[in-house]
Amino acid sequence: MIPAQFEYERADSADAAIALLTQHGDDAKLLAGGHSLLPLMKLRLATPSVLIDVGRLRDLSYINDAGDHIAIGALTRHRDIETSDVLAKEVPLLARAASFVGDPQVRHRGTIGGSLAHGDPASDLPAVVLALGGTLVARGPSGERTIAAGDFFQGFLETALAPDELLTEIRVPKTGSAGWSFQKFNRRAMDWAIVGVAAVVGNGTTGVGLVNMGSTPVRASATEAALASGASASDAAAVAAEGTEPPADLNATPEFREHLARVLVRRALEECGV
Amino acid sequence: MTVNGTKQEHDVEPRTLLVQYIRQEAGLTGTNIGCDTSSCGACTLLVDGESVKSCTMLAAQADGADITTIEGLAKDGVMHPMQQAFHENHALQCGYCTPGMVMASISLLKEHPNPSEAEVREGLEGNLCRCTGYHNIVKAVLAAAGGAGQKSTAGSAS
Repeated sequence: MIPAQFEYERADSADAAIALLTQHGDDAKLLAGGHSLLPLMKLRLATPSVLIDVGRLRDLSYINDAGDHIAIGALTRHRDIETSDVLAKEVPLLARAASFVGDPQVRHRGTIGGSLAHGDPASDLPAVVLALGGTLVARGPSGERTIAAGDFFQGFLETALAPDELLTEIRVPKTGSAGWSFQKFNRRAMDWAIVGVAAVVGNGTTGVGLVNMGSTPVRASATEAALASGASASDAAAVAAEGTEPPADLNATPEFREHLARVLVRRALEECGV
Repeated sequence: MTVNGTKQEHDVEPRTLLVQYIRQEAGLTGTNIGCDTSSCGACTLLVDGESVKSCTMLAAQADGADITTIEGLAKDGVMHPMQQAFHENHALQCGYCTPGMVMASISLLKEHPNPSEAEVREGLEGNLCRCTGYHNIVKAVLAAAGGAGQKSTAGSAS
């Protein structure tokens, strides 16, 4: 399978990428690791007329301790997140979740920024950044702005990024000694989650993100509210699917996904020490 | 890009996939196309020393990179230790997944030089074999890593 024809541009800086986005508008797509976009292009589900390759912007690949949070360059690969000592210590949930993305080959190429900007509700990292209450930094022609993770995912494969904006950084708060857990249910090792759960509880933080439980990555807000009012892990998990609209596909009915959400959230909360 | 130590240059369409480039322009057909959807790992090769599924990378993205394919492993007629280990442990039946398995295994050992059996199984999660049930493949990778209790040490190729 071969993608439809497109024009290939390689950006040698973030500003050059933004200039190319401004020039080509909606017809252009940014290419980072390509492991979400290229499969869609091969199936001709995506047919951008211009691809702007930002994969070589190594200055957007970093994991920095920024005091109360960790700043991660958008082009940091899953492999680098999975093996980061800084993240293992400060935000272990993110490092662990990154080790569940795809398989080693995919993690050698795929990037956190690419995964978030793709906005796929079945991807692992969006739910993690949601649960952590992360912040995303976008740069456009008129400068930089920050977007709360909760405002970023707007629809199926749709984000708050404007067509001329480049996601440059992801900021995730340090979780200290808070309990955390990442649960992923799938049938084959490298598959997307049928349902996944990212949870962090403790140190004044309560975040539970759900993978593949709606048209966007979502928080289990009923569970979070129950925890805030002192519910047990099993009582809080019992309401995990409330307010969600899980999809139906070959792997699972919505009802099965709701069941999985309740079971996986309970396991996650127990692992968090709730 | 450099392929198996040889610099080469071709003009290609932007949409040319790396695996197509390797097979059709470079003429190296040892890298197989399996599922073509980045699931099966048959097209795995090394880009700057790391395993990558070449059906999900554009040739243009590999511009300037150092590529190693299955053809680049044997030196002077002597198999790479991983190839030798696959041979000695009968880690293949039909052979279709084998080039990808070997390349993924080399990348795996580079990152985890002394993996446990479980780590080998997890490390090869991106490669599907429909014949062997994986047991001999896992044995071969452990043998290549110098794992204990294997019948072969696979250390003959230096």
